[in-house]
Amino acid sequence: MPRTRRRRPSNGARVVKVAIWGSLRGFTEGRAEVEVEAATTKEMLDKLAEAYPGLRPQIERGVSVAVDGLVYKEAWFTPLRPDSEVVLMPLMVGG
Amino acid sequence: MALDKQTAAKREFKVVGTRPLRPDGVDKVTGKALYGADLTAPGMLVARILRSPHAHARIRAIDTSAAEAAPGVKAVVTAADFGAPADEAVRDVLVNCMAHDKALYDGHAVAAVAAISEAAAKAALKLIKVDYEVLPHVTDVDAAMKPGAPVIQPGRQAETVGTEVSENVTHYCEFGHGDLEAGFAKADHVIERSFKTEATHQGYIEPHACLASFASDGKADLWCCTQGQYMVRNLCSQIMGMEASQLRVTPSEIGGGFGGKTTVFIEPVALMLAKKSGRPVKIVMSRSEVLRATGPTCSSSMGVKIGMTKDGRITAGHAKLRYQGGAFPCGTVEFGAMAAFAAYDLDAVRTEGWNAMTNRPKQAAYRAPGAPMSIYGVESVVDELCQHFGLDPLDVRLKNAAKAGTKASYGVTFTDIGLSACLAKAKAHPHYTAPLKPGQGRGVSCGFWFNFGGDTCVTLNVNSDGTVSVTEGNPDIGGSRASIGMMAAEELGVTFDKVRTQVVDTASLGYNEVTDGSRVTFAVGLATIKAAQAAKKVMCQRAAKIWGIDEEAVVWEDGAARPSGPNAGQFPPMTLAEIAAVSSQTGGPIAGHHEVNADGAGVSFGVHLVDVEVDPETGATKVLRYTVFQDAGKAVHPSYVEGQMQGGAAQGIGWALNEEYIYGDDGKLQNPGFLDYRVPVASDLPMIDTVILEIPNPGHPYGVRGVGETSIVPPLAAIANAVSRAAGVRLTSLPMSPPRILAALDAAHPAAAAE
Repeated sequence: MPRTRRRRPSNGARVVKVAIWGSLRGFTEGRAEVEVEAATTKEMLDKLAEAYPGLRPQIERGVSVAVDGLVYKEAWFTPLRPDSEVVLMPLMVGG
Repeated sequence: MALDKQTAAKREFKVVGTRPLRPDGVDKVTGKALYGADLTAPGMLVARILRSPHAHARIRAIDTSAAEAAPGVKAVVTAADFGAPADEAVRDVLVNCMAHDKALYDGHAVAAVAAISEAAAKAALKLIKVDYEVLPHVTDVDAAMKPGAPVIQPGRQAETVGTEVSENVTHYCEFGHGDLEAGFAKADHVIERSFKTEATHQGYIEPHACLASFASDGKADLWCCTQGQYMVRNLCSQIMGMEASQLRVTPSEIGGGFGGKTTVFIEPVALMLAKKSGRPVKIVMSRSEVLRATGPTCSSSMGVKIGMTKDGRITAGHAKLRYQGGAFPCGTVEFGAMAAFAAYDLDAVRTEGWNAMTNRPKQAAYRAPGAPMSIYGVESVVDELCQHFGLDPLDVRLKNAAKAGTKASYGVTFTDIGLSACLAKAKAHPHYTAPLKPGQGRGVSCGFWFNFGGDTCVTLNVNSDGTVSVTEGNPDIGGSRASIGMMAAEELGVTFDKVRTQVVDTASLGYNEVTDGSRVTFAVGLATIKAAQAAKKVMCQRAAKIWGIDEEAVVWEDGAARPSGPNAGQFPPMTLAEIAAVSSQTGGPIAGHHEVNADGAGVSFGVHLVDVEVDPETGATKVLRYTVFQDAGKAVHPSYVEGQMQGGAAQGIGWALNEEYIYGDDGKLQNPGFLDYRVPVASDLPMIDTVILEIPNPGHPYGVRGVGETSIVPPLAAIANAVSRAAGVRLTSLPMSPPRILAALDAAHPAAAAE
């Protein structure tokens, strides 16, 4: 995946693109992908809930986050890079 | 053809990949293994549970006075004895264990009695007077979604649910990408079908059982059969309003779980009875109680639409999934919606899912929860399109297969996956070209599951006699004691017989997530390797001290510490046993431990191939030949991996052909026993052949992927495709029991049916 140079805020956070699943897009003005400044998954989720309050109930119920194809379950400090593929997913359960 | 690239170099293993005797085998075949119902305690009481005879009823009042006064009765509990946990999900678990203001399904617990004998407890149940106001009920998912349906619980809708459906609808989800309309316009043919699947039970042989003891100082002990002792501790301590540290939960040997033992049903009841009576209390469910009141999987009603070009390229896929998960909110449909098209590389795909509450027991996870149903619908339509164009079903799947770089319908770009390799292996297998007779049909299906890791703790002690004790916190439902011990032996460089792995109680290790998500061999294995590496570091330090050299100048190779580098000096290697023997003299006992929220589990794909024969006179289906192809990353103990693949296929065969929850018009379960709820038995099945593929998972040191769940995903569609080809008519409803097949044949051939 080509790396693109992005704005890097002074606090170390970077602008990352987060893919939002379809039924939550009603809370992101219809956008399938939103941008937030975050260096970690926790920061990303906090910023998402702040920027799009409609997402807060789902985030509080729990979500998994896929970063570059790997699914993380409530792992706050997973680092995010500007070119990371970040996908919001329902909280994983299994049998 | 291009197979998925192999990212991890093939490593030479000494223990991993072999087939040692299973460590739990002797205890199990000699009857010495202690299951949930085998546990007893001095002064123990026996408890029985009173269950609702109604599908839906308001509980106006419960009079327990006569039961409390009955001979031998020591305690009676109802919902009034419990508080209200703050967490909504925990509150749902409690309400499922003991009905509050309403009985929500036939078999819902309403009261329980602990007495000195089972007979006394049963007699006392008859003395409990419950004043019910019977309410209208609904058990079918489509009926439950309609506006005007009886509402099971008001106010439980997620914010994504619209107002056009009943208040029973708790979840709505949507996944996908691309332009569906444009995709369908590119197709040479589009097929749209409706499907239904019935609820099936996990069918574990061991019913739920537990023994609770509550001391007067507030400390409690609980022994139970469960897939997760820490989950039991956390749920029960919240329900009982006690601190988690005051409750110790010890898991028994487990006679099957398959996801159904990832929650609690009787444990809080036993604890409350033990608290009230001051005596240990044991509860063992009957089979009827297991079927009526523990979690089956969701039933479903689905619409699937797929477009394909005449050369077999899928241009668009759209699935609408409606699941019911019983009387409580349930998110299983989300996983069905994400998994539905995971096997395909599509430009235009959308899945939508709705969950509705019904008057049925609260669903529990069942192997790859949600995926078998949705993939059944998708794989059936793909097969019908292959028939329409006269295309080879494996060639079409290979042409469209998801691979590294494919953006899945749920948004994630796959890395290294083994689907194409499984498909190619199936295509080359002799099974695929074996001749079929008239009346026989061959079906194929892909399957997929996410897999995950999660919280895991492992401690590894190097004993002074050169043996190794591994303690882990996950009940062994699929052979994990063997695979964990093998990974410890591999990493330490000792033989497997030097390692004993034990599953311990909640006081002995930190938190471990339940045994689910195909996570244990992956996550506990990863933690075990790290714990072994920590122990090796200590052993290298001890050797360095003994030799009087820097610890950096010592390496661990082939089960021994060795001096390394030009200035390390010449010393004979010290084995694990030699270092362990002097551990006390060199600094004390040697151990390693590792605690992690493991990630990097890696998704899993499989392909199933099945031949069946359908008897047009009786509608009965016989499974003639079955072959499973699955990517295990690295099979630690291949026999167990094969067992997982065979077990999933066997359960899927039951789901496809026979198993179903049958409700009468009165909302009562009609078949709460293994005579009428028919799981496959040995004589129903051929030997299930297995082909293990090993495309290493880059997220695990040995390349391991979970294998426990994917195998139940493909059988539903594989068998439906085989039956449909054998019968010459497309079956769209599970189970494909003889009456359903006869009805489909009659509908397809009305003239013959009239004769």
